[in-house]
Amino acid sequence: MGNAMKLTMNFTSPRFYVPAIFLGALALLPIYAMLAHQPFYVTLFSRIMIFALAALGLNFILGYGGLVSFGHALYLGVGAYAVGILSFHGVTNGWLHLIAALAIGILMAGLIGAVVLRTSGMTFIMITLAFAQMGYFFVVSLKSYGGDDGLTIDNRSAFGLFDLNSNTALYYLILAFLAAVFFLFARLVESRFGMVLRGVKSNERRMLALGFPTFRYKLVAYIISAQVCVIAGFLLANLTKFASPSYMVWQVSGDLIVMAVLGGMGTLFGPVVGAVVYLVVEESLSSLSPGWFPKIEDVLNKHWLALMGIFVILMVLGFRKGFYGYLVEREARRAQP
Amino acid sequence: MSLELLIVQLLNGLQYGVLLFLLAAGLTLVFGIMNFVNLAHGSLYMMGAYFAAWAYNNPIFGIQGSFVMAAFVGIAGSMILGVVVERLILFTLYERDHLDQVLATFGLILVFNEVARFIWGPSSYYMEVPEKLSGAINLFGISYPAYRFMIIAVGLLVALGTFLLIQKTRIGMLIRAGASNATMVGALGVNIKLLNTLLFGLGAGLAGVAGLMAGPILSVQPGMGEPILIVTLVVIVTGGIGSIRGAFFAALIVGVIDTIGRVFLPIVLTNLVEKSLAQAAGPAIASMLIYLLMAVVLAVKPQGLFPVKHG
Repeated sequence: MGNAMKLTMNFTSPRFYVPAIFLGALALLPIYAMLAHQPFYVTLFSRIMIFALAALGLNFILGYGGLVSFGHALYLGVGAYAVGILSFHGVTNGWLHLIAALAIGILMAGLIGAVVLRTSGMTFIMITLAFAQMGYFFVVSLKSYGGDDGLTIDNRSAFGLFDLNSNTALYYLILAFLAAVFFLFARLVESRFGMVLRGVKSNERRMLALGFPTFRYKLVAYIISAQVCVIAGFLLANLTKFASPSYMVWQVSGDLIVMAVLGGMGTLFGPVVGAVVYLVVEESLSSLSPGWFPKIEDVLNKHWLALMGIFVILMVLGFRKGFYGYLVEREARRAQP
Repeated sequence: MSLELLIVQLLNGLQYGVLLFLLAAGLTLVFGIMNFVNLAHGSLYMMGAYFAAWAYNNPIFGIQGSFVMAAFVGIAGSMILGVVVERLILFTLYERDHLDQVLATFGLILVFNEVARFIWGPSSYYMEVPEKLSGAINLFGISYPAYRFMIIAVGLLVALGTFLLIQKTRIGMLIRAGASNATMVGALGVNIKLLNTLLFGLGAGLAGVAGLMAGPILSVQPGMGEPILIVTLVVIVTGGIGSIRGAFFAALIVGVIDTIGRVFLPIVLTNLVEKSLAQAAGPAIASMLIYLLMAVVLAVKPQGLFPVKHG
């Protein structure tokens, strides 16, 4: 089991080549977009990588801690509104945005985590969902910051030397965050802390009996996981120049879980694969119309969410390991005949 | 802040509370037996509302604009839909972990919302308050809309009926036994799957009742089920998951606190702090009240107000 988690330098292993191919392709994408005169791809994949980042964050407690949080969209909103509200008051310094977002994020995740982690199982799922909804209604009722309509951000966060106003620069910043968080988690899940967390997932009572204060471990993991989503929200607000309550609707929390499971829950790189697949399918269903069957395509473009729903149900019933998870497991099976 | 306003708002809160109870009852009973929560329960409520509004606006066997017909179609429709969905998809999820249950029912919500959008269009679908109930009634000198009063009355009657069904009948005895040990009840020769399907149908029917009654006062539209479903989850968790008594009291508490808070908190705050701040903070805090209530209850009693004792 431990073996299946590690990063590896073995070129034939999916644990090496899948992340290498994905990250390599993402690094080259802006060049392709420029050559093909499709600047739209840069924005689209910026968005996809932001959700991949958030799904990575969620997967840390979902896949390694066994904590099914149905409320991580809340932290996307925290990151986005930190940028939005500070910009609204004329603060444009990106470092301040990031620090404020993380400070509020840690405070909220600490408080909420302390309550929700007292419960487990279905109750945990329900109240993480409820707290996210609380955050949603809170920002909707903030009429001075746009309320329901959201808050337009005039300028992207200013980081002094490098300028985020270019979409490509922002794209590479997001990619850098994604790669950094991926490598951080790769180290973290192999660390003592990660081992304890995985122990809690498989048998919390036993970990308690061994003398580990499991509540504290879970709380720290919850906070770390939430902060990755806060950073994703920070990037999302910069990408769209907009902070909207719609980032925090409960469907987004559901989407994040679907992404993590679709790629392979509890694998290091699975959530990234899941996010790319899920959002590319979503984008294709909602906007592609090659003109082969105009009527059917029209219905599809309007009601693509129904197909996504069926897709999710089928995934649960028949493809629970996920794309990347399947490859990793197949490799592990071959290694141990 | 007159007494009359307070009483009217209390009644509004009560009305919201009974709607929440109708939704919570089915969810919490099924959870008691099958350890399963159906997030698509809000969709059954939505479909109930659509069925009822459709039956109200279109002639069925030559009858149009009859609230009784709307009630029949709405409740029967959501009941049948609930049983079909349970038999086709949900029963395969009982043995799975909670994550699978949540994901599959999340997928179902997406499908139901699009089905509603496909059939009835994206905009709101209206159902008028039936003529006989469109007036106001006089309650000890306070006038209150008759239709809303009927919601309270029907909701309380249904709650009483559910209580009697569970406490006084053979089926109810089996449900209670199933909640404390489903395997043992199955071993004693009771068809626990059939029992659960019946219970699921009952829950779907109650969701249909809620949808039917909410139809004329809220707009019937795709996605109307989810906001109320999430509040229902708050109710269930606060009341103690699996407990019907807990669901009843928590639904009324949540309904009243939410309604009263939204009306009176901004007023109370204006007396305490500066007006502009009160106007900004009042609605924001009011919208968070029920979640804070839930947080406090869970911090003190993680099992909820009326924890269920499992044998």
